[in-house]
Order: sequence, then C-alpha cells, then structure tokens
Amino acid sequence: MTPQTSVVRPTVACDGDPARLPRLLPDGFSTGPMSLHDHLVRYGPPAAPPRSRRRCEELIAEVELAGLAGRGGAGFPTARKLAAVAARRHAIVIGNGTEGEPASAKDKVLMAQSPHLVLDGAAAAANLVGAAEAIIVSHSAVSDIVSAAVWERRRARLDRVRLSVVPASDRFVGGEASAVVQWLERGIPKPKATVRRLSERGLHGRPTLVQNVETLAHLALITRYGAGWFRAVGTAREPGSMLVTLAGAVRHPGVYEITIGMPVGEVLGLGGGPSGPLGALLIGGYFGSWVHPAKATALPFSSDGLAALGAGVGAGLLAALPADACGLAETARIARYLAGSSAGQCGPCVFGLDAIGGQLERLADGRGPDLARLHRWLGQVGSDRGACKHPDGAVAMIASALALFSEEIDQHAAGWCSGTGNHAGVLPVPAWSPR
Amino acid sequence: MRLRIDMTACEGRGLCAEVLPELISLDDWGFPIISRRVPAQLEDYAREAVRLCPRLALRLER
Repeated sequence: MTPQTSVVRPTVACDGDPARLPRLLPDGFSTGPMSLHDHLVRYGPPAAPPRSRRRCEELIAEVELAGLAGRGGAGFPTARKLAAVAARRHAIVIGNGTEGEPASAKDKVLMAQSPHLVLDGAAAAANLVGAAEAIIVSHSAVSDIVSAAVWERRRARLDRVRLSVVPASDRFVGGEASAVVQWLERGIPKPKATVRRLSERGLHGRPTLVQNVETLAHLALITRYGAGWFRAVGTAREPGSMLVTLAGAVRHPGVYEITIGMPVGEVLGLGGGPSGPLGALLIGGYFGSWVHPAKATALPFSSDGLAALGAGVGAGLLAALPADACGLAETARIARYLAGSSAGQCGPCVFGLDAIGGQLERLADGRGPDLARLHRWLGQVGSDRGACKHPDGAVAMIASALALFSEEIDQHAAGWCSGTGNHAGVLPVPAWSPR
Repeated sequence: MRLRIDMTACEGRGLCAEVLPELISLDDWGFPIISRRVPAQLEDYAREAVRLCPRLALRLER
C-alpha cells in the first residue's frame, strides 16, 4: 500500500526551504489569528478533495510515508487511524482541541494563531475518510476564534465538508478520545468503558476519527506538500516538527515549534534558557516523567531520545523546576489535582489515586509516610485496570518522581527539605471544581 | 479464554475473588485484580465467577 514515491504534487511553492520553521505558527510577531486571506497566501490553496476511493487510499499511504504520529500525547500513527475509519461508511471527524493538560498551551496557541490550518486539516481528514462533517472540540478560551474562522470559510465557500465548533469540557479527563465523544453526545466528559473502538462505533454509533488539532494541522501540510516535505525536519523514526510548551523556570515560558530531535537544552534555549539553576524537568505532561536536567540536556527531544530516561515527548510539555523548589511538594500537588480529576467511574482510580495523593502529601510535609504502602498502591492502581489510562498516567509520573527525588525523600524523613525558595507552586494546578 | 472486567460497573463486592482466587485477588479497596488469561482447567470456575457477579461487570471472552 505504501507508495515508493510521493503522490502529492505540491500545490504551491511552499516557502522554498522545507526545513524552515515555524511551519504551523505564524512566522514572526503575531497579533491575532491569521486571516483566511493571509493563510492562503502563506500556504497556498488546500489540496483538492480526492475524487475516488483509490485516490483516498493513495493519500492515506502518503500520510503513512510521512510518518505522522498523533500529537495529543499517545503518539499513535495517524495513517492507521485514517485507514481504520476510511474502511467504514458514514464516518465523522472530531478535531480534539480540548487540551485539559493544565501546563500545556500548544493547542490553544495553535487554534488562536493558525485556526485555518487546523480547519484545513479537519477538512482534509474528513475527505480522506469519506466523512461529510468535522467537529472541532475547542478549549473554551479560543473557541470563538475558531468559530469566526469557520464563518470566514463559509462566506468564501471554501469547504465541501461541513465544519463546526463546540467548546470543550474543561475537565482534565475531558480530552480522552471517548470522553470527547461522550461530551458531544451527552455533555458528560467521561471516558467510555466500551470494548468497541471509536473507529467502529463512536459518536452516535458512527465510525469516528478523533485527532488532536496539531495532528490535523500537520495533516493539512502533508496533503498540500507531500511526505518528502514533511520529513525534511525531525528524525527518521519521528519525522516532522512539533509544538512544545515551555513552562516553569525558563525566561520566556510559552509555545515553540521545534524539529523533533532537537536537544533538550536547545529547546529550553528557545525560551531564553533556564531562569536559574534547575532541580528537575517534567517532560511530556502530567502523565509524563520527572528527569534530571543534567542527564537530559544533551538528549534529543524525541520519544526515542528520551526513552533512555524512561520519558517520552507526550503532549509536548517541557516544564523546568528551580533547584530551590521541592520536587516532592510539586508532585504531591499535581497528584492531588489528578486524583480530583478522576472521572469517578472506576474504584481503583477513585480510591487509589486519593490514597496515593494522601501519602504523597505526608511525604512532602515530612509527616512520616508509609512508603511500603505507597509503592504497593502504585503497583495496584497503575496496572491497566481502568476504563481509561488516567490512573496509569498519574502513577507513571509519580513513580518517576519517587525515583528522581529519592535523596529528597531521605532528607524529608530526617526533617529537612531542599525547597528553600519561596515557591507557591511552580506548575499550574487549577482550583478544585466538582465533577 | 480471557477474563475482562468493566471497572466502571464493578463495585468491589468481591464474589469473583472468592470463586476464583487462583486468578482474581482484591486490591486494598476491595476491587479485583485479574490475571486475564484463563487456563483450560479453570474455565468452569471462571464461568461461575462471571455468572455470580451481581454487577454483571465480568466477562469471559475468546
């Protein structure tokens, strides 16, 4: 099925150098969303919709050749999802811009600055899987911008696909693919416990493609310029560029576009570098891994490169913790937030994450935690038992913290803490809200 | 055969672990931890555990 060579003829001279970044975000200073006119001047017209089933298959093979993987955190190969949904009738596409991850901003920034690239990608995905409709589920902070862009396109009669925008749930688990479907169906952002894949039976029983909005933006460019263009940056196994959110102790926190595989130290440098000595990095997101900065700086920011430290790129978060902040206190705060973010459906998640959070708080406060119990609970709660991966992700992050901050654990037991700085909490944790 | 549990339906009544302790233990909150692969000699007990679950949360699949 994979063609030997690209089947996409670039629709326009694509900025000359394919290695030039940024690809997704506006080049230079931006004051607002890129208009449809400026968008079409920059990227050229969207690829024409495929006229035949065979052409769809060729284009999906092109996406496979490009090696595009999902940018929402799980990194699943996009072409495989496309093919699974394309094999069925009456499909529907959902662009997932929920971005419930509190420290991450890359989907919001992408939708606020380049809404038409996301919409191009949603329309392209719908064309590839034979869907007549695509729904963008957008973080509520930027859904008005995406809606305005949809109206701009309607006036220009740009799309055959019917595009619409729905503000997302603001719950952490609301971004999980089946939770997005339940949000649209019933207004309840909870993962489904079903055995059937969404590609078989998703929104209102229809075959459903759920793709992160950044993934759709890349798809818009692959269908325009082809796999060869896409692979001009990134690594052989993880091609392309990706959006990264720099948070915590960097001079200029924000969203940056990198070539996948750029050394972690250089990625921090995009944000002006660390704002002081660093104690730890949290990579990937709140389901990610705590790692030692000195061990990470030379490694490539790619899942292959970070695997040496047991980490992965996840949803593209790179958060820096100052050396005088307590990693155990940060972990306890995030764990409490994640426990409170449980959808409340599965016993081990509801009771387990709450109990684990309690032990971590004892650990952070120096109140004599029961470490044997804590480790037993991590094993019980994080072993793939829930309807979704919420407990597993939380446990993986907590386990990485206990490994990285092992000296700090001993120090807390002896009655002192390296968190001498006056940090109210470096990583953002939304205020608790009822489910 | 494989055992599968819908953890959203389970309320931790614990009958399954009593019928099939070889494959099902309980965590500290009373929810089952399941060894999914069911050996042939335990299939009858697995079927019994599925039948007894008051929440219909347990299933046996090929």
